[in-house]
Amino acid sequence: MEVPILKQGEVLIATFQAALSDADLNHLRSGLVHQVVKFRSRAVIVDVTAMDVLDSFASRTLREIAHMIRLRGAETVIVGIQPEVAFAMVQLGLTLEDVATALDLEEGLVYLNKKFKTLK
Amino acid sequence: MAKRDGSPRITISGDVPPRDSTRSEASSELLRELVAHLRQNRTQLREEWVGRISETRLLTAMTKDEIFTEATSVYDSYVEALETETFEALQAYARNLSERIIPRGVETHEVVGIVLLLRDVLARSLFAKYQTDFAKLNRILDAYEPAANRIANTVAVGFVQERERVIRQQQEAIRELSTPVLQVRERLLILPIIGVIDPQRARQLTEQLLRGIRTNRAKVVVIDITGVAAMDVTVANHLVQTVEASRLLGATVIVTGLSPEIAQTLVTIGVDLGKMNTVGDLQGGIEQAERLLGYKVVTLAEQN
Repeated sequence: MEVPILKQGEVLIATFQAALSDADLNHLRSGLVHQVVKFRSRAVIVDVTAMDVLDSFASRTLREIAHMIRLRGAETVIVGIQPEVAFAMVQLGLTLEDVATALDLEEGLVYLNKKFKTLK
Repeated sequence: MAKRDGSPRITISGDVPPRDSTRSEASSELLRELVAHLRQNRTQLREEWVGRISETRLLTAMTKDEIFTEATSVYDSYVEALETETFEALQAYARNLSERIIPRGVETHEVVGIVLLLRDVLARSLFAKYQTDFAKLNRILDAYEPAANRIANTVAVGFVQERERVIRQQQEAIRELSTPVLQVRERLLILPIIGVIDPQRARQLTEQLLRGIRTNRAKVVVIDITGVAAMDVTVANHLVQTVEASRLLGATVIVTGLSPEIAQTLVTIGVDLGKMNTVGDLQGGIEQAERLLGYKVVTLAEQN
């Protein structure tokens, strides 16, 4: 199942569905990296609210997305990590350092709006 | 008292119920005789027992009068248990007694000790009474020993069970007390931690905090560990993990109240605290959190 990428103003939003194969994740990664420059977006929000489990491949992909998006001149915010998932990730040593995180989509947008305002 | 069972038996006494009916009939008759003897000499034996208790310095947490009162009830229940060969009443009494004396700091060895002393005192009095009739003494002891062992067993088990119940109850209470996640301002939580943190409690704290962040939509969390006396590697790493997991939910964590000892321990064991935001005391932590949230606290005088 492919992940749809929505464009909302200067932000691209990708919402993870429950069951994603590794191929879907790779597809999403290349899609985001292409579209972020194509649409001249300033930020990408990846919403993982629906994920009850986040395996090592998925979290590595998240980190890769964040780093690649930075190289393409935009910022990434990961939103909606579940408490149990957060703790499990930390225990596996997948802490997503230097990637911005927020509670949910709304918070992510608030965070980005604040950031854009200070940059203007 | 009739002797139905002619031949003297020598059995090793222990906690074994009588096997055949003639035997049990004979032994219950002997027990009846025994009980009559114990009733007759109640005052003297009881005093001897209390004397032995204070001699061996047991039950030091209790006054002499209290020991005497308790000893009387224990003696009577003991004799009653011998007479009826049922232990429910004694069990109930042991539980009740334990409930009263555990809060005063009476130890298991003391309770076992006094019951064994009573057993000893009574056995000695039986020796004194039947020393001329060795065969009878033998049979009396055959009847007495298993019952006495069961009584000692019942009381000790009752005491230990009661103690364990109290411990369980207290652990439960501590567990419930231990983890309040409090909202002090919109989007600001505090988590005061008091007492010893073991891995299980640390895990519970983390779970509660993460859930609290989600339900209160918190942006900043202040974890206050002023009340934590010591911390080891496991717990310190757990704290770091809690901080990182909170960040994944979009919340910033400020840790306050690290004592000098804990600071030294953490540096010595080399826990990586680079990612932790620490402030000296809770007040400073809350002020810092307010700054992060964009609050500014001013007095009314300043405002005007």
